[in-house]
Amino acid sequence: MTVIIDTGCANFASVQFALKRLGCNAQISADPATILSADRLILPGVGSAQAAMQKFTERGISELLPQIEQPLLGICLGMQLLGEFSQEGNTALPGLLPVQTERLHANGQPLPHMGWNRIGNFDHPLFSGINHGDYVYFVHSYAVPVGELTIAQSNYGQPFSAAIGRDNLLGVQFHPERSSAVGARILKNFLEISL
Amino acid sequence: MLAKRIIPCLDVRGGKVVKGVQFKNHEIVGDIVPLAARYAEEGADELVFYDITASVDARTVDKSWVSRVAEQLDIPFCVAGGIKTVDDAAQILADGADKISINSPALADPNLINRLNDRFGRQCVVVGIDSWFDADSGHYRVKQYTGCESSIQEAGWHTEDWVEEVQHRGAGEIVLNVMNQDGVRGGYDISQLAMIRKRCSVPLIASGGAGTMEHFAEVFKQAEVDGALAASVFHKQIIAIPKLKQYLQQQQVEIRL
Repeated sequence: MTVIIDTGCANFASVQFALKRLGCNAQISADPATILSADRLILPGVGSAQAAMQKFTERGISELLPQIEQPLLGICLGMQLLGEFSQEGNTALPGLLPVQTERLHANGQPLPHMGWNRIGNFDHPLFSGINHGDYVYFVHSYAVPVGELTIAQSNYGQPFSAAIGRDNLLGVQFHPERSSAVGARILKNFLEISL
Repeated sequence: MLAKRIIPCLDVRGGKVVKGVQFKNHEIVGDIVPLAARYAEEGADELVFYDITASVDARTVDKSWVSRVAEQLDIPFCVAGGIKTVDDAAQILADGADKISINSPALADPNLINRLNDRFGRQCVVVGIDSWFDADSGHYRVKQYTGCESSIQEAGWHTEDWVEEVQHRGAGEIVLNVMNQDGVRGGYDISQLAMIRKRCSVPLIASGGAGTMEHFAEVFKQAEVDGALAASVFHKQIIAIPKLKQYLQQQQVEIRL
């Protein structure tokens, strides 16, 4: 069973529909027992880091996250929430991964960074079958700088982490559920990955 | 590099996609879900659905089709038309839309932009602006209630001032509909879009006037907009999206093929 963690601050329908197109009927849940017994977990997120952390606290998700041992994919804000700290509202985060989220330095280009951008510099099974330079869909103003846990990069005024990962915890800054065939392949890879 | 976006706009009335010329005389062009799926298949980067009668009739968009579109579509889409409250927006986003776009309700209640931004984040909040060039005064002016001819009103803003105001309040993207050009396929209003581009630090989408593939190249190169929205050239199959994208790539416009 794949479970989409009901954070109360995300657009679940599009993720659930994308998985359904791949033949995966994912369940949306905030129940700790359901989450901890899932085969795979997806942590979606939209909105601000502060609002999300408030929901996490209300729902006990912050305490739950360190117990997760199965493969987990954070999407967009859901990826950033795996880290320790976000500059967005100077928010302390659960800290499952030693990364921080900073405001994008877009070098005079419009923000949010919204639209289709190229990904590259990856060598991880999550990107199996994807070509360097393929486009995926991004919508964000904050990002994780390139560092040790970066498993794919993109560039908008500066290079940033398009994806991060360590052991069972993966995160993508873009929206695979809205990234056409490329995104579908990345989601399929996640459903089949062994970590 | 971020690709320039090609955005077919589907005007929705009574659950069907329609197209008028200069915002009037609407004719049915097809059903919502199959048209949306076709455009995604052909390489559209994003879709916008406008319930064009909603603001005029004082009702919100008929939401039943939003989740059907979300179920089919694997590219982002935005829903517009008569969204007046945070709750209206919450339902549409919960049904699977990526963004909501507000136009007349933002003019009637500018604080709505702030409230939507606070609740959903800037990235979900698009403000559509219908701008009209008033030749007598030489000013660009904002119009509201443009869904049908009899309801159109002056909004009381110069376009450039409203563009700054909506960004200040939390708009994450601006769609500038240049009404003099809409549906007549004579090209985007490059000078207006270039002027607004300088005042716009969020993504700017050009709308109104696309007739040829050259018009798209012009608006990306000369007005430096992030996306170009068009309806009739796609619905009437005057321009095919795959051909348009190949052409733009040949013209050195960054584009997703």
